[in-house]
Amino acid sequence: MPRVVRSTVIDAPVAEVWRILRDFNSHRDWHPAVADSVIEDGQAPDSVGAVRRFRLTGGAVLREQLLSLSDRDFTLSYCILDAPLPLFGYVAHIRLKPVTDGNRTFWTWTSDFDCPPEREAEMVRLVAEGVYEAGFAGMAKALRRGRGPLPNPPPLRGGGDGGTLSRNAGEGWGGGMCDAIVARAYGPPDVLQWTRVAVPPPGPGEVTVRHTAIGVNFIDVYCRTGYFRLLQPPGVPGMEGVGVIDSIGPGVTGLSPGDRVGYACAPVGAYAERRTMPAELLVSLPDDIDDETAAATLLKGMTAEFLLHRVHPLAAGETAVVHAAAGGVGVLLCQWAGALGATVIGVVGSEAKARIARAQGCAHVVLTTDDVPGRVLELTGGRGADVVYDAVGRDSLARDLAMLAPCGHIVSYGQAGGHLEPLDVASLAERSARLSRPNFGHYAGTPAQVRLSSQRLFDALRRGLVRPFVGARFPLREAAQAHRRLEDRASVGATILFP
Amino acid sequence: MVKVYTSTVIDAPAERVWAIVRDFNGLPDWTPFCAESRIEGGEPADRIGCVRNFRLKDGAVLREKLLMLSDYDYQCSYSILESPLGVTDYLATLKLSPVTDGDRCFAEWSAEFNCAAGREGELTQLIGQGVFQGAFDTLKEKARRA
Repeated sequence: MPRVVRSTVIDAPVAEVWRILRDFNSHRDWHPAVADSVIEDGQAPDSVGAVRRFRLTGGAVLREQLLSLSDRDFTLSYCILDAPLPLFGYVAHIRLKPVTDGNRTFWTWTSDFDCPPEREAEMVRLVAEGVYEAGFAGMAKALRRGRGPLPNPPPLRGGGDGGTLSRNAGEGWGGGMCDAIVARAYGPPDVLQWTRVAVPPPGPGEVTVRHTAIGVNFIDVYCRTGYFRLLQPPGVPGMEGVGVIDSIGPGVTGLSPGDRVGYACAPVGAYAERRTMPAELLVSLPDDIDDETAAATLLKGMTAEFLLHRVHPLAAGETAVVHAAAGGVGVLLCQWAGALGATVIGVVGSEAKARIARAQGCAHVVLTTDDVPGRVLELTGGRGADVVYDAVGRDSLARDLAMLAPCGHIVSYGQAGGHLEPLDVASLAERSARLSRPNFGHYAGTPAQVRLSSQRLFDALRRGLVRPFVGARFPLREAAQAHRRLEDRASVGATILFP
Repeated sequence: MVKVYTSTVIDAPAERVWAIVRDFNGLPDWTPFCAESRIEGGEPADRIGCVRNFRLKDGAVLREKLLMLSDYDYQCSYSILESPLGVTDYLATLKLSPVTDGDRCFAEWSAEFNCAAGREGELTQLIGQGVFQGAFDTLKEKARRA
């Protein structure tokens, strides 16, 4: 069994080096071979058992698990769970010791592992030089870079303080930059450009979130075009993000670095690797809700929640028409309305989308090329639908009225096809119709509302009443392409961006 | 229990430094304060259990017993049997670790002991700085020349 031992002397006090190293995810900030790293399942990066999943600059992905961590002895050990290398039974130990004459740190990095004999020399060299020695040099460089501007190093003890410092290390202690999509001006998708932006440190009541998944919503298109003035160019769009708390500002309670969180709300700014935002807007993610599920359902699912439970509390036996039934909110509405016992009629623009809508719980599907009101009346025995959920916009309200049952309810919650044309209110009397025009901010705008709505959503996800349906995944830098597909009606389900 | 810990980096390979410090009878060769030393009963200086009886330049006499010596780990431990220090249950360990990054080694010398209340600070200073650091300083010099 080969053993690799490497050691060095770092020109910094042991507490300073340890503050960085004890964060099991910090290697992305100082190790030159690590391109990116996340702690799985939202575990704190200093909790024994935490698994880091990381990508090397060469592209290989590895998973390693923290086996022990001691703030008393400045030691930690970990093992490899998955690696595309023949390193078997790999267990590594890191130990720091103070050099008392000179305030430096002696760092030993040791590992034992098995590998095929013919590859032993290669693996030993890889671990010794590519991992350990390169890591020593990277740490020394990160510390040199960080000298000076670090005003008050966080105390050594306590939850995720190591994470706070390592973030600083990664951002060059005071740099605070990340890559983001910036809308240069109001306009077509081309205005979205990949840009380096500043991430301010969190102020009072704020946190910095490192995104792991970002939800794309039609409201992002409205922000980009200027239809909604929620974004002032140049600005970062995006209202739905999921990630891990990197650092917290003064006065933030109930959240710690390393916590998994999500949000679906203004202000915009989600299309970025990191952002600083008010803590009160965040939802803590339960362990059983993974990042992609959260990014696919937070905004769309909370929208479905208030549409089905609060705008029109849908009753079993009612008939609901869902326009854009294969869209991001549409699929969740269909699933959830079906689970509530309603008969769901989905309206879609293509046969491909019809197949999706049927699979998402629609009892019937009508194509937009058909006579939609006529088909709905036919399917309901001439009575019409009890509720129509419509985010299509333009001239759809008059058509909705034509398919509505007496005393029915039109819920108009979007205008993907264009600005709503004026409706003669007097015409509502044709069906004694009710018309609602809910605004997300009024139903999921306060912390209490978000708590209620997200809990209902998570509960529905757990019980399988709704299931995330991800139609497309894009790297964050290709956000413009994601917008094009959304506007071209080429997308189905949720679209997710990955930083 | 009082604990003392002193460490340093010596600009010489661990094996060369170890060759100097593994001699339990060699204090006069590499410390600035030891005048003469002998192993009681004429035993070899690397036999576990042997006792070194040495006199400091100020005249004080100490007896220390070798408890552990490892050429593999470059470390040794010993206890004090008699001394004018006023310490009891004194147990010390001297250990070298190679620094693979450069031709250097990391040396650490630690001790734990009991003493009369109120003397902790004074003894920590005396043993940690006066004895261990003082010895390290001359050891660095000697190892460089060796």
